[in-house]
Amino acid sequence: MKVAYWPGCVSRGFTSELHGSMAAVAPMLNIELVELDRASCCGAGVIAEHSQELADTLNARTFALAQQEITQGADLMMNICSTCQGAQSECQQRLDASAEYRAQVNETLADEGLEYQDGIINKNFLWVLVEDIGLERLGSLVQKPLTDLRVGPFYGCYIVRPTDRLDINAAQPRDEYLGQVIETLGGIVIDYAGSHKCCGFPIITMNKKASLEQAGRHLADAVDAEADCLVTPCPLCHLNLDLQQPMAAKQVGRELNMPVLHLPQLVGLALGISPEELGLQHHIVKPTSVIDWSQAVVGGVGGW
Amino acid sequence: MAEFKLKIRRYDPATGAAPYWDEHTVDLEPHRSVLEGILQARDGSDGSIGVRCSCRSAICGSCGVRVNGKPGLACHTHLDDALASAGEDGVIEVEPMGNMPIIKDLIVDMDAVHWKKIQRVTPWLIGKEPVPEREYIVSRESMIDVTQSMACIQCGACVSDCLSMEVDPLFVGPAALAKTYRFVGDPRDAAHEQRLKDLGEDKHGIYDCTHCFKCIEACPKGVAPMNQIMRLRRIAGNDFQIKDRNNGERHEAAFVKNIEKNGILHEADLLPDSYGGKFHPRAVPELISSLPIVMTALLRRKMTPAKALLHPHKASDGVKKIFEVVEGRDQRNEFNLYISGTDANNEGTDDVAEKIEVAEPAGVAADGSEGSSA
Ligand code: SF4
Ligand code: SF4
Ligand code: SF4
Ligand code: SF4
Ligand code: FES
Repeated sequence: MKVAYWPGCVSRGFTSELHGSMAAVAPMLNIELVELDRASCCGAGVIAEHSQELADTLNARTFALAQQEITQGADLMMNICSTCQGAQSECQQRLDASAEYRAQVNETLADEGLEYQDGIINKNFLWVLVEDIGLERLGSLVQKPLTDLRVGPFYGCYIVRPTDRLDINAAQPRDEYLGQVIETLGGIVIDYAGSHKCCGFPIITMNKKASLEQAGRHLADAVDAEADCLVTPCPLCHLNLDLQQPMAAKQVGRELNMPVLHLPQLVGLALGISPEELGLQHHIVKPTSVIDWSQAVVGGVGGW
Repeated sequence: MAEFKLKIRRYDPATGAAPYWDEHTVDLEPHRSVLEGILQARDGSDGSIGVRCSCRSAICGSCGVRVNGKPGLACHTHLDDALASAGEDGVIEVEPMGNMPIIKDLIVDMDAVHWKKIQRVTPWLIGKEPVPEREYIVSRESMIDVTQSMACIQCGACVSDCLSMEVDPLFVGPAALAKTYRFVGDPRDAAHEQRLKDLGEDKHGIYDCTHCFKCIEACPKGVAPMNQIMRLRRIAGNDFQIKDRNNGERHEAAFVKNIEKNGILHEADLLPDSYGGKFHPRAVPELISSLPIVMTALLRRKMTPAKALLHPHKASDGVKKIFEVVEGRDQRNEFNLYISGTDANNEGTDDVAEKIEVAEPAGVAADGSEGSSA
């Protein structure tokens, strides 16, 4: 399949290993990435906080650029950031609701020859994995099952709430997909209190203590549940959970040492890509447990 | 009739005994409520179950509980729906709400948390002076707008699940801030600016919300407290230029400026800019405290010095134009789904007059005259 690919900003900045691992994994899943390199930041909810019309127009522009790729054969638009998913879905909901409002937004885009038509399909890589590639196919591609690796899912608020806007329901349990993927890759899903909570990133500059307390608590819950690592489809969560982890550990007053993987990294490991190629060495918390696992001769290899 | 299994969380702090789970089987039609299930268990088998309720029709707000981990009204949750969201064992779990102390079993202390916070925000209208001889005239849209926050029945479900309050019990919280918007959005209220200033100066006020959508998901009445909080921030920052003590407004401005300049986020500038620029007195301790992290990041080659210092990306003309046009408007346009609904829903009705709400600069009365903001 071919996707109009929006990597987001953070995946090209502080978490460049995310962008890199996505690029490494895509060909193995037969996904062709057409990068939307002229698109702008989705606003992460902050621009909308300042002006909704501004956020809506910037994202309408991104959608319009993606639609140009879709006319040329791309199947849908794909992102790799929970926050992009949520912020863009929010704007899309308003844009799709009213032709009159859309016309107003499109007027601003007209100079560039762009126009957004309602109904774009924009999915996070997690959703693409389960809904478009399919767990069965994903499972058949596994080279190195994550046998005995205990993985805790961390979703990020923007990809699990609000459920109606994100079309999460019994028929489409998008808030359970991470667990399904971990299982398909051969790992053990760890159930812990923080999996669907907030990492605290949005208030890191406003109430640092509360923000780090959130990250620290979820990490500590995962430690208590004996997870080897966490996996997240959100680079912003990654910033608070990995980059800020030393501070979070101080805040909650205990050692954490919990490696946090980006979703494409976890998938990549199971598909047989080396930890270095996936950029695991760039993480702040050394993913020792994961690397040990990847170097161990695991009973299940080949026979899975 | 059908049988349902209820597992009720029991706890009586007065006894000193630890909390425990208690299972009951009730026999009711599937469309009956979880509350009726609890009452049947209480009246039929165990009179000591503590539960609060009154109207039994989702109006009084007394029966807030958690059903299968999700907060809501017990009287407004059908047994068959609850069963559908139950675990594999088919047992419906009923617990007291979170973030509030438990008085007994399913009854939490709303006074200690929820009501205290509601009182914190001056929950009444401060009328404009001089009082007009007849009624205040306000536009229809501005009233539809505040009906969303007026729909609150004070059940506390949003408070129960607020993730900021979980780590910062002093946070004013979703219900009280939704209540604040009910007055800040009301053109008849004279104290918009003071209210916002008050909640901007409070470190646990409007900028302490972590944007987690939990309250939106929890609310049985569609109040969407988080959306009201974002509107409070918009009005505080744009209309009154209120500088809050959490740096929230500055962070927002820095973020917007960052995207205007770079098109995509340039994180290295964001942190210092959020504190007023690299050399701002408040930025210095902040930057020093994050230095160890930056150093590790450099060591792991997560950031390269070039990435941290240079601007590899420039906003395209298309992006610049959007900023110019939208930021250049005299009035902020806000498309409010709550007021206008969707085209699909509105089909057939031709009275969708003003779909795009023009956000009235706060402090300006409906007739255009300046409100008293002394
Ligand atoms: S959410 Fe983050 S990564 Fe996504 S576009 Fe916005 S700032 Fe960039
Ligand atoms: S967990 Fe935090 S950073 Fe991640 S999506 Fe939620 S609010 Fe954003
Ligand atoms: S969005 Fe804000 S107010 Fe609502 S539950 Fe989350 S932190 Fe609390
Ligand atoms: S905002 Fe909603 S959830 Fe919160 S107290 Fe009011 S009705 Fe209950
Ligand atoms: S009993 Fe009144 S709202 Fe449930």
